[in-house]
Amino acid sequence: MNRLVSLISGIIFGAGLVISEMINPDKVLGFLDLFGNWDPSLAFVMIGALVVSSPLFHIIKNKEKPLSAEKFNYSNSKNINNRLIIGSVLFGTGWGLSGLCPGPAITSLALLNIYSATFVVAMFVGFYLVKFFNLDNRI
Amino acid sequence: MNIVNFTPVSATLGGMVIGLAVAIFFLFNGRLVGISGIAANALTEKNNKLDNILFLLGLVIGPIFYRLFIKNEISITISNSFSLLILAGLLVGIGTRVSGGCTSGHGISGIGRFSLRSIVATITFMIVGIITVFIKNFI
Repeated sequence: MNRLVSLISGIIFGAGLVISEMINPDKVLGFLDLFGNWDPSLAFVMIGALVVSSPLFHIIKNKEKPLSAEKFNYSNSKNINNRLIIGSVLFGTGWGLSGLCPGPAITSLALLNIYSATFVVAMFVGFYLVKFFNLDNRI
Repeated sequence: MNIVNFTPVSATLGGMVIGLAVAIFFLFNGRLVGISGIAANALTEKNNKLDNILFLLGLVIGPIFYRLFIKNEISITISNSFSLLILAGLLVGIGTRVSGGCTSGHGISGIGRFSLRSIVATITFMIVGIITVFIKNFI
């Protein structure tokens, strides 16, 4: 059951990225171009997502357990540390350079676009480097 | 600042669909969606490997379903060079693992549960993204 839910959640999430056009890096770069030709759409995507997910999260988390898993499993870390800031600065730089972040980049593989595929491969290399050199614990 | 290409209706609607995916995944599997975490863990961790891979597969199927049911073209524009995309992909891969989240994990799931840590991360990567685009447009 949880396998099927994973697949279906992924499909719905991917469809949402298409409907909201966040799959298109140009839309994202438009949002980040605050001092030029600004496209506020991304803010509305986040508001739409939060309006639905946040109340449901607060209702669901009070359940004894999830419907098809043993227990709830999510980070409750409250640490605001160097890692959080340095990582966010690195991510923001890559995001601003390309207009791509992990969700839209992976979703756009469906379009067989060689540019987004290149980005995705480099991103997975980045994931692996952090794991291999234990970077997240060293910063 | 000029406001251009603003699509508030499709943005909000698509955002709500994304929020629904986050809620379903949490209700059944007890986990909060963060695409960078799901993708990195699919690569490097044994825990929940199949769930993570199926979610990513779902992301890629999302646009295909969209095309089947809504007959709109999906168009994306990427105007970067391969070397810039590789640099951006590495920065996004490393940055999201060091900070523990991306636009979905911090921006939607984290903010949705009112995590100060995620609010700080989101503000940081948005400001850095805006500065990056500003500098890029300047050069």
